[in-house]
Parts: sequence; C-alpha cells; structure tokens
Amino acid sequence: MALIQQSSPHAHKARPTSRVMLWVILAALPGLLAQTLFFGWGNLINVIWCVALAMTTEAAILKLRDKPIGFFLRDNTAAVTGLLLGLSLPQLAPWWVSGIAVITAIVVAKQLYGGLGSNPFNPAMVGYALVLVSFPVAMTTNWAEPATLWAGAPGLRDTLSTIFSASQTAIDGWTMATPLDEYKHKIATHTAAEVLQHPTFGDQVARGWEWVNLAFLLGGLVLIGLKIITWHIPVAFLAGIGVMSLAFGSNADQYAPLQLHLLAGGTMLGAFFIATDPVSAATSHQGKLIYGASIGILIYLIRTWGNYPDAVAFSVLLMNFAVPFIDHYTPPRTYGHHKARRGLPSKNGAKS
Amino acid sequence: MSQLWDFSGGIHPPENKIQSTRRPIRTARIPERLIIPLQQHIGVQAEAIVHVGDRVLKGQKIADVTAGMGVPVHAPTSGTIQAIELQPVPHPSGMSDLCVILQPDGKEEWVELHPVENYQKHDREEVLQLIRDAGISGMGGAGFPTTIKLRPPRDRKVETLILNGAECEPYITADDMTMREHAAEVVSGMQVMAWILRPSRCVIGIEDNKPEAIAALREAIQGTQIEVTVVPTKYPSGGEKQLVHILTGLEVPSGGIPADIGVMCQNVGTAVAVSRAIHEGKPLISRIVTITGDAVQEAGNFEAMLGTPVSALLSEAGLQPNRLNRLVQGGPMMGYTLSTDAVPIVKTSNCVIAATAQELQTPPPEQPCIRCGQCAEVCPMELLPQQLFWYAKAEEFEKAEHLNLFDCIECGACSYVCPSSIPLVQYYRFAKGEIRTQREEQLKSDRARERFEARQARLEREQQEKEQRRKERAKAAAEAQTKKKAEAERAAAEGEAVDDRAAKAALVQQALERKKAKTAQTKAEAPAAQKKPDIEALEKQVTQAEAKLNTMQGMLDEAKAQQADNVEKLERAVAKNHDRVKRAKDALAEARKQIPAEPETPSSE
Repeated sequence: MALIQQSSPHAHKARPTSRVMLWVILAALPGLLAQTLFFGWGNLINVIWCVALAMTTEAAILKLRDKPIGFFLRDNTAAVTGLLLGLSLPQLAPWWVSGIAVITAIVVAKQLYGGLGSNPFNPAMVGYALVLVSFPVAMTTNWAEPATLWAGAPGLRDTLSTIFSASQTAIDGWTMATPLDEYKHKIATHTAAEVLQHPTFGDQVARGWEWVNLAFLLGGLVLIGLKIITWHIPVAFLAGIGVMSLAFGSNADQYAPLQLHLLAGGTMLGAFFIATDPVSAATSHQGKLIYGASIGILIYLIRTWGNYPDAVAFSVLLMNFAVPFIDHYTPPRTYGHHKARRGLPSKNGAKS
Repeated sequence: MSQLWDFSGGIHPPENKIQSTRRPIRTARIPERLIIPLQQHIGVQAEAIVHVGDRVLKGQKIADVTAGMGVPVHAPTSGTIQAIELQPVPHPSGMSDLCVILQPDGKEEWVELHPVENYQKHDREEVLQLIRDAGISGMGGAGFPTTIKLRPPRDRKVETLILNGAECEPYITADDMTMREHAAEVVSGMQVMAWILRPSRCVIGIEDNKPEAIAALREAIQGTQIEVTVVPTKYPSGGEKQLVHILTGLEVPSGGIPADIGVMCQNVGTAVAVSRAIHEGKPLISRIVTITGDAVQEAGNFEAMLGTPVSALLSEAGLQPNRLNRLVQGGPMMGYTLSTDAVPIVKTSNCVIAATAQELQTPPPEQPCIRCGQCAEVCPMELLPQQLFWYAKAEEFEKAEHLNLFDCIECGACSYVCPSSIPLVQYYRFAKGEIRTQREEQLKSDRARERFEARQARLEREQQEKEQRRKERAKAAAEAQTKKKAEAERAAAEGEAVDDRAAKAALVQQALERKKAKTAQTKAEAPAAQKKPDIEALEKQVTQAEAKLNTMQGMLDEAKAQQADNVEKLERAVAKNHDRVKRAKDALAEARKQIPAEPETPSSE
C-alpha cells in the first residue's frame, strides 16, 4: 500500500491562474465589441495581431530561457498582455508600432525581469509608453474616426491594408483627433461650446468613446463580481480623477469636464483592466486605495497640465515604482495586534 | 440570542460531513492488541509503571509523569502487557515512539472505581487532581493537559468559558456526534469546569450546520446557566482565536493565550472526559473518532479504545484497500498524512480520512505567484500570505517575522484558494522552522562565547597568579641571597686576618686556572663557532614550532567548544604541528649530541 505523503491542506479549490486570465479576456470582450462597432475593425485586428505576437514572443523567450513552454503559455498571461495592448493602441496604428510595443512588453518588461510574477512594471504599459515616446506621430494620427461599423467605418480589407501596408499611408479621412486631445488643444483659444462642436464629441460625451468606456466598466464590474479583482483599485482610481476634476476643473472653458475624463480615452480600461494587474499593483486593501487614487490623480495632472492628452500608461508606470514603498507602509493589522507593523524591520533586531 | 462578531477571511470548503453522520456512534471491537503510546499529550513523556508480563485491569494506571508537565496513561481494557517498545505513532514525521503493547483478555475487568458523589463539596484543587489522574488532555487536537489549562495564572480571571463545538473542518464529525449522543455528559463536564473556574458566562459555540447537535444541547442545558450559541458555518470558525472573536468580539493578543483576555476554550470531547472522570471515576481510555473517506464503505464514528490500530477501525468501516490513496489523520485542511495504518488511535485523534485519488487530488505543479491577493482575502489572521511567501522563499526571515509570520495558524485557507497552486503553508512551516533553528543556534553560540570568555578570564587570572607567585619566590630568593652574601662577607672578614698567605696563594692559583681555561676556550672556539649558531637556530625552531602548536591547540579547543565546522581541519593542522615540533626536537637533540663531542677534538690534538 503506497500511501501519498503530502503536507496540509489536502483539499484545494483553486481557480487556476489560466482561468483567472481567461476571465479577464472574456470580461474585456464587451469593450472590444464596442470598439469594433463604433470605430471599425482596427482594434479587433490589433488585438488578434498583438495576442498572436505576444504568445509567439513568449514562446521564443521561454525556449531561450530553457523553461517549459507549454506550461507557461497555458497560463494565458501573455495573451492578456497582447490583448491589453491591442485594446489601447490607436485603431489604425501600423503593425510595426504595435509589434514593437508587444515585443518590448514581453521581452523587456516581463521576461527579462524573470517572467510571470517577477515584473515590477505592467508589461503592456511599458510597451505602450515606449512606442508613445518613440513614435509620437504614429501614436497620435492613427486614431480612427468614430464611425459605426454599419455606417461609415472602413471595411475589413481596407483596414487590414492600412495597418499592414509597408509605407505608412494612413488615410486622413478615416482618422480624427481623440476627444481628449481635441479638447486639450482647442480650449486654450476657444470656449467650451465651440470646442464641443467638433464631430469627435458627438451628441453625448464623446462619440463612440462613451460606449467603449461603458462596456469596459461593465466588464470590470463582472471581474469584481467574480472576485477576480477587488473594488479598491478601480474605485480609488476613478475617485482620484473625480476629486481632482471637481477641485480644479469645474470651469469647462478652461479644463476638460469630468464626464469627458471618465468616458473618453482609456479611463475605464485603465481603471478595471490595467491598474488592477496584481503583479505590479499594491498588495493590501489600504495600499490598493492609495495606489489607485494616486494613478487617478496623476492621470488628471498629466492630462490637464502635461504634454499628453491621455496618461494611463505613464501614471500606472509611475505608481508601479512606488508599489514596494506603499506595501511597506500599508500592511493590514493582524489579528491580536494593536496596530499594523509599518515600515521595514528595525536593523538592531529589536522585536516586540 | 447573544451578539456575534465575524472574523475576516475564511472559506467554505465542501463539508463532506454527511457520510459519517448517517450512522450512530458504533463501539469499536476490542482489537487483538492495543498499542498505547506513552506520549499522547503535550509535555513530558509518561514513564511506564508496569512490566512486560504484568496483568492489568481496565482503567489501571500503566504510566505516569512524575516530574514536569504531563498526564498518566491507563489500560483501556484488562489484559497482559506484551511489550514496551518503539512503535510508529501518529505524527506528521511518521516517527516511532515508546508504546505499551497490551494484549486484551476480553474480560473487560475494571479496576475499582471511585466516582465523586458531590464534587462541589470537595476542594477545587482535589477535583483538578482527579482530572489529572484520569489522564485527561485536550481532545481537540493539541493535547494540552486539561488540569494545567484549568489552572490559569493567578492574575487571569476567566470570565467566559467557551466549549468549542464548532468543528469547522470538513469531514470531521466526532464532536458533532458526541454532542448529539452525549449532550448530557457534555453539559455536566462543562459544569465541573465552570465550578472550578467560576466564570460569569458559559457558552457552547456550534456551527449552524449541526442542527441535531444544537437541538440535543439546547435540551440538555435546560435549567443551567450555559448558553448554546449558533455561529455561521465558515472555516476556520473552530480555530480557538476565531471562535473567541466570534463569541466575545475580543482578540487573543499575539503570542498570548485566551486567559489573557479572560476567556478559556475547551473541547466538547474533553468535557465528556471530565464528566466521566468525576461522576463515574473512569479515566480517559477511549474516544470518539470519525472514520470516513471514499475508500471506506461504511463511514461513521466509533468509540474506540485508545491504542486501537487505525487498520482495525478501517476494516471495521469497510475499507477498500485498492481504492485507498491517502490516509489523513485529522481534517483535510490541517491534518497530516499517515505513512502506515498500523498507528494507534490516541487521545488527540479525532478523524481518519481514507481518501481515494479522486477525492483528495494531488495539486497541479506550482506556478509563479501573481500576487492576486486571494490568499490575503481568505486569511483569518489578516496576514499578507503572498508577501510572507515571497520572504519565506527568498529566506528573508527577518522580514517574514516582521509581517507576523508567527501569527499564522496554518489553517491552510491560503493554499486552498491559491490559483498558482503554491503550497503556501509548507513555505510558512519551513520559514518558522528555520527561524527557530537560527534562534537556537544563536543561543548556543552565545553560550559558547560566554564559556570561551569565562575560560579566557580564568586563564588570565591563573597566569597572573602564577606571575605573582613567581615574583614572590624571586623576592624570597633575593632576600636569601643577600643574607647569604652578608654571612659570607662576615665569614671572609673573620678569616682574612687568620690566613693572609693562604689567601694570596689561592688567588694566584685562581688566576693561573683562569689563564689555562682561556687558552683552552680559544682553541675550542674555532671549530665550535661553526656548530654553535646551529644549535641556537634549532632551539629557535623548536620554540617557534611549539608556539605554533600551542596556538593551534588553542584554536582547536575553542572550535570544539563552539562546535564549529572547521574542527576537523584544525585537528589535522594540530597533528601536523606535532610532527613539526617532534622533527625540530629530534634535530636539536642530534645536534646537541654532536656538539659536546666536537669541542673535545681540538683539545685532544
């Protein structure tokens, strides 16, 4: 009788990492659907291209690192990184821009740091930030004009040839400045009413963008409901933007209004899918609140007074830097202790 | 209904309790032989007071602890002592321990019993002694001697006595069935404890998944001050710290005991044992144990004699050996695997799970931690398991300790939910073990240093004393010399006058002799000059070698005292130096042999 010898616990009911990541992918699908419906095939093509490249790159690096390829590829984390890039890059960004972003994310930001779980920075955002500072033209002139798939958006074949053409020949008629970009640059010389005349804003908040953001919000709520993420980071993130906007940006003739901050740009994608990457985020509930709120505040600061119309990538990366610090000062109070033990252990070894 | 508090975290694993509650408690058959470990409690191992070949009666004391903390062990039935030997005992390490082997004679002959008619009339200390003499230690799992627990520090008044009937671990139903079938004894045992402790509140905490037990106890507490409190089912509500919090809202301070906040927890099985010890005079010789798992056909609870081999109970429950994959002593969350079913049931055995491979599956291979925080969400102690794991893996024990590693109760909730299938509890056990070892080593090296310093001080003192004695001797010698000289001078002065001539002749003689000697020396010096420095060099060599040997010997002694790992190396070095000194001495002796011979050569020419 060969009995199994094992350390307790003997029962497990884990939702494996691969399934967690699969749920993240599924929860992002409403957002992707909205993007496709309101901006054409660009995002869908980007997502497929980025996911395929991310998985290929991951496999190649795993082979170089002499790691079991199938075992790590099946955790679906590379696919999520590719997906997030595909969702956040400009719809008509040329293939090599997204390719560089993906390869940077997987090779530099993830695997060079030791692979899954060891990366201090959000891999997708490292890739995004790199192409944003390296190819500012490609990253600002390739945002698709909001046009529904059933009326006005370029066809699948045209979109494919635009993205994958050798020479960068983005068709002017198909692209348009993003609402945040438009508002930021026009408001200095125009009134709010004049700025909002631009077709990018549409009838409600921001044509197309509002639906995309609401769809990501919906997916995010699903993730919270499934207990895949906790509410702390997204709520603090949105509250950070909200409080800053109410405190400084109440004058619409000077600064973008709150609804534009929340429903245009990458706000909801950032709040629920990007800032919540557990590997590079803060740990404790209190830490998550500080981390999320700080990202929100930074986004507002950069959008309003910085050089970039949107700022999710930079804000997330800046707060990734601060995570170890936040973690040291925000441990929860353990049962039976009067207060939490903040900071590092004292050097002289004095213990209570 | 009294107020309840919730504890943070917790999980809801499948309960799997139905299987073993369908049948009433069965009395297990008397096995062919009983294996009775001498250590079934926390503390000092009991010493056997019977000999091989002795006939013992049921309930007779067969081992006791004379010095230190512990409780006696009794014969579960009448029979003959067959052996006192090492046998595998239930322990996570699978170790063997000293056991009394009793061959039952089937007569079930009791020793004379001394029930206590009216315990309230007795002295409390007397009743506590009776509980100790009945061999009662905590039956919930830890096995802490009950008498010692019932005697909290003088400055700690127990205000709330809690009987832990939560039984939150899946599979285990021993306490549930005990409460259903022995509710009256549970209550009367608690009354004895309450009489000893005089708390202001007595409460039995039960999870709401045991309606029968709740009903039985509600019936049994009629007319007493005891309350039955139903708590929501959530693992680990039966953890002592968690139950204390649920029922009182208080937290047991880190590193402390519930008595520090005026609370005491006892197990329901222990209460039954106390009741039997006082009201029937019977010692603890059997217990109720759950035999369950998919590999047995008739899962259920057995009242088994202590020392009954697990194998006997498994076969009584209809074990299908070909389906058995894992044998767990305790529950699936905190129990440990047994390497053999030959181990006996002891005072702390509450459950044995005979699991099939499908039932308790081997977890998939460990993946990297993604810091998802599921573990922190379920941790009932509000720790950061993911950070503790990180520090344990990196062997940064100081940081792990700083994040309250030692507050971990090893409930396994974190491992249960980990999406990366990381055996977190195992990492914490490893870290705790390493820290404990380091502390012990630190203590040891501190002691060794103290010893070494004491030795140094002693040697120095001895050296000084030696010096002192030498100085005194020198002084005495100098005084004697002066005295002698003075006497000689006096004598000389006296003699001068007597024989001046003779003295002059002597002086001349002396001068002549000096001259002769000088000539001889000059002659001898020429050849000896070559040899003489050689001797000096050799002498120097010997001294140096000896000095080095001494240093080495000193280092070796020190290393031995500290049990350093370079002892062997030093030993080799000392042996080498021994050789060196010997060689140098030999060379010197050889040289010395030659020298006295050589100076003579020129003079004989």
